[in-house]
Amino acid sequence: MMGYYLDLAIRSLRRNVVLTALMIVAIGIGIGASMTSLTVLRAMAVDPIPEKSSQLFTPQIDVWGPVTRGGDSTHDDELLPWLTYRDAMAFMQAHRAARQAAMYAVHLDISPQGSRPFAMHGRAVYEDFFSMFQVPFQAGSPWSAGDEAIRARVAVLGARLAQRLYPQGNAVGSELTLNERNYRIVGVLQAWNPTPQFYDMTRGAYGEPEQLFIPFTTAIDRQLSPEGGIRCESPPPSDWIAQLNSQCVFIEFWVELPTAAAVRDYRRFLYSYADQQRQMGRFHWPALVQLPNVTKWLVWQHAVSDEARVNALVACGFLLVCLINVVALILAKFTRRRSEFGVRRAMGATKSDIFLQCLVETGVVGAAGGLLGLILTALGLAADRAFVAGDLGRLAHLDEGVVTLALLVAVLATVCSGLYPTWRASQVQPGLQLKAP
Amino acid sequence: MEIASIVSALRHHKAGAVLLALQIGLTVAIVCNTLTIIKQYMDQTQRPSGIDEPNIFTMYNQWVGDPPDLESRVLGDLAALRSLPDVVGAEAAGGYPLNGSGAAVGISRHPDQHYDDAWTTAVYYVDEQGQAAYGVKLVAGRWFRRDEISIQHSADASNPAVIILTEWAAKFFFPDGNAVGRLVYLASPSPSRVIGVVERMETPWAGLPHMDSFVERSVFLPYRYVSNGLWYVVHSRQGEQAEVMKAAQEKLYAMTPARVIDDVVPFSETRQRIYAHGRSSSLMLGALSVLLLTVTAFGVVGLTSYWVAQRRRQIGMRRALGARRMDILRYFHTENVLVAGSGAVLGIGLCLAGNLWLAHKLALTRVSPEHICVAALIVMGLSQMAVLWPALRAAAIPAAAAIRDL
Repeated sequence: MMGYYLDLAIRSLRRNVVLTALMIVAIGIGIGASMTSLTVLRAMAVDPIPEKSSQLFTPQIDVWGPVTRGGDSTHDDELLPWLTYRDAMAFMQAHRAARQAAMYAVHLDISPQGSRPFAMHGRAVYEDFFSMFQVPFQAGSPWSAGDEAIRARVAVLGARLAQRLYPQGNAVGSELTLNERNYRIVGVLQAWNPTPQFYDMTRGAYGEPEQLFIPFTTAIDRQLSPEGGIRCESPPPSDWIAQLNSQCVFIEFWVELPTAAAVRDYRRFLYSYADQQRQMGRFHWPALVQLPNVTKWLVWQHAVSDEARVNALVACGFLLVCLINVVALILAKFTRRRSEFGVRRAMGATKSDIFLQCLVETGVVGAAGGLLGLILTALGLAADRAFVAGDLGRLAHLDEGVVTLALLVAVLATVCSGLYPTWRASQVQPGLQLKAP
Repeated sequence: MEIASIVSALRHHKAGAVLLALQIGLTVAIVCNTLTIIKQYMDQTQRPSGIDEPNIFTMYNQWVGDPPDLESRVLGDLAALRSLPDVVGAEAAGGYPLNGSGAAVGISRHPDQHYDDAWTTAVYYVDEQGQAAYGVKLVAGRWFRRDEISIQHSADASNPAVIILTEWAAKFFFPDGNAVGRLVYLASPSPSRVIGVVERMETPWAGLPHMDSFVERSVFLPYRYVSNGLWYVVHSRQGEQAEVMKAAQEKLYAMTPARVIDDVVPFSETRQRIYAHGRSSSLMLGALSVLLLTVTAFGVVGLTSYWVAQRRRQIGMRRALGARRMDILRYFHTENVLVAGSGAVLGIGLCLAGNLWLAHKLALTRVSPEHICVAALIVMGLSQMAVLWPALRAAAIPAAAAIRDL
């Protein structure tokens, strides 16, 4: 029976090629546009560290008071995204989390043997950074707590920088000149690129992570100024020690809290710390603290850009318009074939036979539209890669998920939008249609 | 008379007419909102930054190692840059308009920082030659004098005695006008006196999303910027930028080879970079809108063609009874005006509702009446054009069709 309906559907669709093409193209374009923008949106909303995104937290504390919390007027319920040096040090020393790491972005110059020095984005971190964020090593290991205590000049290289400087693969154990000082390389990472780069999004969330890591304590000791910017309440002092003691914020701080109880305890610790600071007279407003996890943090940091949201919204509205277009066309088409349905009813076809026949026809249109939509999605994503700025383009690609979704949406949406015309068609009275021409 | 008959004819294909009106309504709503978004983006990218954009370039400089004599190095570099031929001015900076990073402080009109009117404000450190380096226009008061310039050594040091505001900041802090001579406080009880007002100076973050209240809220402080890792902002004479760009790098490398100069870009590039996200998104929205209009136009063609085919006999009869081709043509066009028009009215409502929601959710500007009219007119005009082809086919139906098709 289905084969017969399929045959009928194809015959009917071929009878008016232009109209059929119009319907298929409308669905195809709608699917193509909406799937392209949804794929981009999904790439942005991806969880950078799925196993642990609910266990990693970044504590924040209200050191500047309720009014001067930053230029971000639309989200003034959020606190400063960074910590002051002294708060970060207090949190490190309190050691209340399973793992914790203060960190900040630095800009280091590298002087390789016999060629002009070049600058590199680096990051000063505590050793827990590597275990907490599950950073994979290809050689060597992180430095030790002892290295941190003596402010040792040790470094961990990213895979790309190690390849560039030591093509023979003998990086670990070698000495590297950074800012005119020799650093011993203790480890080399495997390719590692969490996207979005949740732990510090000031340099863009979708870029490449730093290729050079040194101990936080060493960076402070060497007076390496923060590259990711520094926010101060008063004009930032140029003296390093004064800057460290000021209310200027520039340090990212992440903790790993594996259980709900640990989160509760840590929150309690933050409140008591803030309160204690208030009693010491450091500030005179109610102690506000926050402890967002990765997921919440990404929302606050607008990891998914408004542009992507608007695009997705517009594209979905577009799909809706395409579907309405298709309903109108199917309706017109089925209305014109009332006499055909009348004849079939008179010959003994039941209402549900007619219904099924029409359903198969819309299903065929939907499937064809979906296939066209897939091609257009692939084209759309290629255009996205070509024209859209930044590194996001390479993240958005066609995978099985998108393909299945596109086909499913196309067929389901078309069949659903065909339901009303189909139902109308199946209501045709046999006798009436035979009388009229 | 004709309209009444069209309406009663439309009753016979209610569902189709309603669907077409709905489609046109949604199209109007989407197009008018995308127009608003694209217009907002264009307005943003064309906002003047206040500096002499065509003649300014920037370069990042960092010395190798930790030189102890940073201050004299910066001074030396600045003197060298300023002495180059065709250089109007040069300045060392921790950030400049639209580059995305810089410093901000809380500024208040009261000695206590935490009064209700302490506002985070972008600060630019400049010396007595800062005005020439940026090419900003002074609209009141004067620029800093050499003896007013110092180095900010520690956070606890007293605040600068003098300060220069942008006109926006001047109006913001002193709405009654006349900012020159008034006092502001930078997180300390010691006041800073406003000595000048510049026409405009955008903040480093002006082009970023969610910074709408932070576009021109910036001030100049009489401090020398000293840091290992800074930008040189160089202002060259008109048409000489390429030469100066090359000469400046050569000169600096010649003075101290152990340094890294990076990211030497004209200001136009800085502007491009910060607005890149908006540009690609606008392109996308524009492309979507064009596609949407195309789909809608073809939808009108398809549906009207069906209506024409369905009414062959009636049209033939009307022709036989004396209707001219013109009358048939007019019939379908009027019908389309009625359907598309009610769709457009619906669309205007949807557009306003969608815009309200977007404005609330995503800080979109309010849609202007012109945009609504433009979107509605575009869609209706397109619909009229789309209906022409099926209407012409209808007009070509011979009177004989009334009997032949029986």
